[in-house]
Amino acid sequence: MNAQRSNIGLAVVGWLVALIMFFPILWMVLTAFKTEQTAFSTTPEFLFSPTLESFRTALAQGAGYWHYAFNSFFTAMVSTLLGLALAVPAAFAMAFYPSKRTDFTLVWMVSTKFIPAVGVLIPIFLIYKSLGLIDNDWGLIMLFTAMNLPIMVWMVYSYFRDVPKDIVEAADIDGASTMQTMFRVILPLALPGLASTGLLALILAWNESFWSLTMTDHNAATLAVFIASFKSAEGLFWAKMSAASVLTVTPIVVLGWFAQRQMVRGLTFGAVK
Amino acid sequence: MTSEVTAKGTGTAGSASGQGASRRRRAPVKRLMAPAVIFLLVWMIVPLGMTIYYSFQNYNLMMPMMRGFAGIGNYAILLTDATFWDALGNTLVLVVACLAVTVGLGLLLALLFNATFIGRGVARTLAISPFFVMPVVTGLIWKNMLFHPVYGLISWAMRSLGLEPIDWLAHHPMLSIIIMISWEWTPFALLILLTGLQSLPEDQIEAVRLDGANRWQEFRHIVIPHLGQVLYVVVMLESIFFLTSFAEIYATTSGGPGTATTNLPYYIYLNAFFQYDIGLSSAAAIGAVILANIFAIFLIRFVAGNLNAGSAR
Repeated sequence: MNAQRSNIGLAVVGWLVALIMFFPILWMVLTAFKTEQTAFSTTPEFLFSPTLESFRTALAQGAGYWHYAFNSFFTAMVSTLLGLALAVPAAFAMAFYPSKRTDFTLVWMVSTKFIPAVGVLIPIFLIYKSLGLIDNDWGLIMLFTAMNLPIMVWMVYSYFRDVPKDIVEAADIDGASTMQTMFRVILPLALPGLASTGLLALILAWNESFWSLTMTDHNAATLAVFIASFKSAEGLFWAKMSAASVLTVTPIVVLGWFAQRQMVRGLTFGAVK
Repeated sequence: MTSEVTAKGTGTAGSASGQGASRRRRAPVKRLMAPAVIFLLVWMIVPLGMTIYYSFQNYNLMMPMMRGFAGIGNYAILLTDATFWDALGNTLVLVVACLAVTVGLGLLLALLFNATFIGRGVARTLAISPFFVMPVVTGLIWKNMLFHPVYGLISWAMRSLGLEPIDWLAHHPMLSIIIMISWEWTPFALLILLTGLQSLPEDQIEAVRLDGANRWQEFRHIVIPHLGQVLYVVVMLESIFFLTSFAEIYATTSGGPGTATTNLPYYIYLNAFFQYDIGLSSAAAIGAVILANIFAIFLIRFVAGNLNAGSAR
């Protein structure tokens, strides 16, 4: 009886905290379904007749959403695939054919993640300028890949380490080449792990703002740049801004709900299990 | 052919053929590692080297004739630039304040969500959602719909309570930024600390309970030491992320008013992209790298230590 009562107390506190944390997101969603007039009001309207008007404006031809959404999707997707293509062979070699230098290489790779982006911003900007890679999807893709590669190598490595070594030895004995072992034996076994790694990289690339804001202008600009363009719109476009934000944030928040565990594993480099 | 393979497999087996295989595989292993290593060298290490080089150069894109070796000139200018000191101070305030809030709140919330109650899973999922919101969106939502002095929700709430609404971004710019970043990152601390709590050694807790320890003693002697490691990781990781905060500031205060919210990344951005001073901003960038390294060294040592513990297992 007593335990049950404290349980209810905990539930009330827990849900209250959860709702407070979630409230700004909820408020953004509500605002997205308002008209501009109801969105910009001194007394906030909690009950109103919802309208899709702002979504229609945000998605209208010429509003630009699709252009930015395509760039976000394309750069996040390609950088994730490229990251996997680079990370898998490296992690495979380190996990199954370790040498004296393996630990060093792995730790070195992880350590590059801790170089602040501003530490490499200026040379990259100058090099990109001379190569015509400013405001270019591929320039951005390479940066996203470099940003996520240490995490991806680490994660794939940790998943490979869960695969029993006997399997590789058995494949060797059966005369499989290194490539065959990797593609036919190990990859199918580690597929769920690779999917988690890809998911995390996708989330991080989609939400990335620093490189998008500094390296792109319009052609390769992502949704982060699109949303940032609302920053001087004092009160005029709150509903539209919220609608565009909802369209930008929702897919990733939902993916994030499913990626909680992978997030911990990847972002702490296995230091917390 | 077939018989040969079989003989190798069944006959000597074990170590001999294993060693043979790894000797044969040495070359492919290098080739497998090379693309990732080269990629990181080209995109991270080479530019870092160039930043160091530029930091010793007179190099302003607006004054192409003035190029040349500057010695420690840029660093000397930096140290006498009041804005740089402001930026450094702001960076440290931001890091320390956000750490205190996110780790403190994160720990409380982790303890809360570690208890069982109705709908805990859904509540936890709602509570961690802010972490997945794009930083630019966070900035604009808070700046406009929550912090706005007239039309913001917080102002409305304060008016309803008979209080004078506050112009958050104008009068408490740094506090506003700290609130926004903490809102985003408390879920991260929560998530990791919760993972740590869930791996608590149950048997030890049982043991101290049998010995008649109360809740506080249990917390003090079992939970805290176990969480110590996890806290360490959270603090180090968050420090590095907070040091490089940019999008939230870009989307809201643009470093102002004045230099009130200009942190080191924003200072570098302004000097490189608006003053075109490659040399000076490179010197500041090296400052940021050194600052990040202070935290990273400990973290990397920890990761490396974990690695060896892992291979011993």
